[in-house]
Amino acid sequence: MSGVPPPSAPRRVRPVATALRQGLSRGPLWIGGLLIGFIGAVALLSLVWTPLPPGKLQIVQKLKPPLAQGLLGTDHLGRDVASMLMVGAWNSLSIAVLAVAMGAFAGTLLGVAAAARRGWFEAIAMRANDVIFAVPPILSAMMLGALLGTGRFTAIIAISVFMVPVFARVTASAARQVWSRDYVQAARGAGKGGIRITIDHVLPNIANQIIVQATIQLGLAILTEAGLSFLGLGMAPPAPTWGRMLADAQTYLGRAPWLAILPGLAIALTVLGFNMLGDGLRDLLDPRERSR
Amino acid sequence: MTGLILQRILSLVLTLLAVSAVIFLVMDVLPGDPAAIMLGTSATPETLEALRRELGLDQPLVLRYLAWLGGVATGDLGTSYTYGVPVAGLIAERLAVTLPLAVFAILLSVGIALPLGVVSAARRNGPVDYAAGLLSQMFIAVPGFWVGLLLVLVFSVSLGWVPSGGFPGWQAGLAPALGALVLPAIALALPQAGVLTRVTRSAVIEVMNEDFVRTARAKGLPRRQAQWRHAVPNALVPVVTILGLQFTFLIAGAVLVENVFNLPGLGRLALQALSQRDIIVMQDVVLFFAALVIVMNFVVDLSYLALDPRLRTRA
Amino acid sequence: MMRFDMSRATRIRAILGSLALSTALLFASGGAFAAKTSLVLGMTIEPQGLDPTAAAPVAIGQVTWQNVFEGLVAIDREGKVVPQLAKSWVISPDGLTYTFKLQEGVTFHDGETFDSAVAKFSLDRARGPDSTNGQKRFFAAIDTIETPDASTLVLKLKKPQGSLLYWLGWPASVMVGPKSAAEDKTKPVGTGPFTFVRWTKGDRVELAANPDYWNKAVKVRLQTVTFRFIPDAQAQAAALNTGGVDAIPEFAAPELMESFKDKPDLVTVIGNTELKVVAGMNNARKPFDDKRVRQALMMAIDRQTVIDGAWSGLGTAIGSHYTPNDRGYVDLTAKLPYDVDKAKALLAEAGYPEGVAFTIKTPQMAYAPRSAEVMQAMLAEIGVTMTIEPTEFPAKWVQDVLKAADYDMTIVAHAEPMDIDIYARDPYYFNYKNPAFSAIIDKVEATTDPAEQDALYQDAQTILAEDVPALFLFVMPKLGVWNAKLKGLWENEPIPSNVLSEVYWEE
Repeated sequence: MSGVPPPSAPRRVRPVATALRQGLSRGPLWIGGLLIGFIGAVALLSLVWTPLPPGKLQIVQKLKPPLAQGLLGTDHLGRDVASMLMVGAWNSLSIAVLAVAMGAFAGTLLGVAAAARRGWFEAIAMRANDVIFAVPPILSAMMLGALLGTGRFTAIIAISVFMVPVFARVTASAARQVWSRDYVQAARGAGKGGIRITIDHVLPNIANQIIVQATIQLGLAILTEAGLSFLGLGMAPPAPTWGRMLADAQTYLGRAPWLAILPGLAIALTVLGFNMLGDGLRDLLDPRERSR
Repeated sequence: MTGLILQRILSLVLTLLAVSAVIFLVMDVLPGDPAAIMLGTSATPETLEALRRELGLDQPLVLRYLAWLGGVATGDLGTSYTYGVPVAGLIAERLAVTLPLAVFAILLSVGIALPLGVVSAARRNGPVDYAAGLLSQMFIAVPGFWVGLLLVLVFSVSLGWVPSGGFPGWQAGLAPALGALVLPAIALALPQAGVLTRVTRSAVIEVMNEDFVRTARAKGLPRRQAQWRHAVPNALVPVVTILGLQFTFLIAGAVLVENVFNLPGLGRLALQALSQRDIIVMQDVVLFFAALVIVMNFVVDLSYLALDPRLRTRA
Repeated sequence: MMRFDMSRATRIRAILGSLALSTALLFASGGAFAAKTSLVLGMTIEPQGLDPTAAAPVAIGQVTWQNVFEGLVAIDREGKVVPQLAKSWVISPDGLTYTFKLQEGVTFHDGETFDSAVAKFSLDRARGPDSTNGQKRFFAAIDTIETPDASTLVLKLKKPQGSLLYWLGWPASVMVGPKSAAEDKTKPVGTGPFTFVRWTKGDRVELAANPDYWNKAVKVRLQTVTFRFIPDAQAQAAALNTGGVDAIPEFAAPELMESFKDKPDLVTVIGNTELKVVAGMNNARKPFDDKRVRQALMMAIDRQTVIDGAWSGLGTAIGSHYTPNDRGYVDLTAKLPYDVDKAKALLAEAGYPEGVAFTIKTPQMAYAPRSAEVMQAMLAEIGVTMTIEPTEFPAKWVQDVLKAADYDMTIVAHAEPMDIDIYARDPYYFNYKNPAFSAIIDKVEATTDPAEQDALYQDAQTILAEDVPALFLFVMPKLGVWNAKLKGLWENEPIPSNVLSEVYWEE
């Protein structure tokens, strides 16, 4: 989604400005890192502690605004919003990370294999990518949800399916560039096998790009998971997810606006964190992209 | 060049065929019998049989697939199980909402992104640039459907200026119909605007650094003029390209945003068809979206080929 | 040719309708002489097709029944059977022969005449081999249909069917024209007070008054009716507040009902529907095969808390599969009252002192997950672990629960009126088998005496309240919100419908 780098190729160089610029250009990395660090820590904390059990109903205390009951108020069943958001963080992050990991693994495998084999294998692999890519992710997720039943597993599969062509394309084109280098061709000429070359030369050279891409795709995965939950295609209740909290909040917009604001804020901050982290990492790890 | 385009068209058709087969298979193995859903909790087995016969669901898989494909090829998308009307008409009715929504959103996002990106590029690395950068980052990070909820919260629930959703239909007049699309279009446009701002910024910077602009500048063309006369028109190419590629996300966003605002668009039709197991409608809608995406990618590829001869060898 | 004429006729009627509307508006603006004659009515769910005899969704009947289509008999707002296209009938003492005297001079909207041959056609279509009628079982008892003359219809039954007359009042049993029946799904043609004008899919269905309506005893005062489909409750509320719709007989979100309290031009009318929210259990599966377990679960649940949590406190608790609308209703909620200690003791007595664990398959409609979440918390108090498994409704639910009975517990609102007999059906997803109960249901069908039937229905309710094959929770309220000047809409809903023949605007 945010696959476009902010180019910053300084021309006029002055020492103070350079320092400032470097500080600022590292800014995204720091801000993103801090955001993700914080949300990740909250998510992990939720595994051992939340202010209240997130499923605990106190119907008499329903729809209480923030600070009136608990830190962030209660929902329509009197559940503690802060606790639900914390567990929601874990659910969102764990689904996103697993989905991206699976998508990155499968996509990279496909991409480097296509670059190594070329010919008909590449043609078929890339055609399969096109097929997956052609169906908008929300539609394929809807169908998968109907096929497998909704839940954590379905969400992970649905998101990772869409990640495969993204990673396959990125790694295939990067791997092809590596393959075209003289020393790789020399190694090939010396009788080194495709798998060997992929492991020795291709993967190390494209690792940074994979990491950068994965970070950015994590943001997209969070957004997709939220969208699926919003449509009721995410994890099962009572497991709290940010997307379903938003869906539930829809009918209470007038009476309890915080229910609609807080989960969206959590989603936005997480995605912002991943995107900034991704940008920062790209500047750090992938100078070629930066100088483009 | 012509050979290459023909090859691309062939591959486009092959991809579409593969997509149609996948959609058909997935829809076929979905749990849930359309007949049982339509006939409710008290239906007798023979009624179910009769309805399946009527819908043609008793035919073998391959025959049904070929019949569907043949129909699609000749422009007959079949008849909706639940509505009992031709699917083509249903899609056309819904498209009358989704298409204007998407166009509206694209115009809005370009309207936001272009000035922001150009100013950003002009004031590169200055405070304005960083502010614009942060803004676009935020646009990208907010889910469109959440923006929709917030807009409803502010403009309908609190201020009461506009209805919180629904669509009066084009027969109600242009103004009310467009009015109903304003908030959804904003919700849909913001994330796109974020992406486009960044693309515009880097494209303008890139063009400003190219030789012909430098030459013009050296000959005394003021910076501002160089920017608007040379940089922006040239930067539009990548912007339009990204718009094409972002189309998938626009559609995905539209499904969610239609849901927030209760717009009778294609996305809602898909959701409804899926839940009612109106399989033929679902197949057609998904295939329609897929065809749009594939054709959009094809056009983007073509424009690349036309613009950048170097790529012709890579294809 | 025929179709062209029809559509022209409809179009002319539509123009007439809108002319009538504009003259009405003219009068209204010129002074308070004439009342408004148009109505915009909001519904949550759009019907799937408009032929109530070809598919089951209740939304179809809510648009067309009594407005476009009529039956031999009708159900009135009290839930009683009243004459309609049949002006009278005689049932033979053995309950096997029904002789109907039909109304004369009745025509369909396309001009086709209604007579006994048409009535026979309608019933044969509903019970024939190609029938796709969701309630085909209604007509299973009919052996032969005879038409001695144009205004006499005789049904000969294979066995007595005490509910037949009531069933003939349902949307699924309406009379359709032989010439128009095939097109009814998209262009309904009936004998009712309103004709179909237009259906803008995903948005609205428009009807206009039928100038040639046969029943002169009914004074239809509305000229145009628009059904608008607004799935989202917020949007429904907005439409009501801005006057975009005049009435929403079944408002979608109980939590928003309070917001109408301070609106002087709107009235809220809370009545009863036939929607019984029950948590069915698989009575063939352990531990639900033990009555004590089912009773313990019932006693662990405070119905009022469920109603508060799931439906903002609106709704009536029930102790059996029967609603206060239904004839012979008895309140049995005290039979197994909320009592945590007794529930625990019963569970222990049944051999589960440590509690039990099971899964509830929950459709996505708002009431289901909300009720399930409240129940989950209450069941935890007696050591029961209930896992919620969202199950897509209708597709997956129909397949897994209704057809395959592959579930522990589920929760769903049963929409069909007077469907207590589902506990006697075999197979049915509860897997509940009680010969005593089935015998009572058989007796209901064997008699045609209403008083005797009412007494039998009371016995049936009592058995269910004791056996709890399902946890009986509550009846969904009919949350009516409409313009204060609008009169004549039904307060309760003994059958899912929006009958508009008696609706009018107060001057």
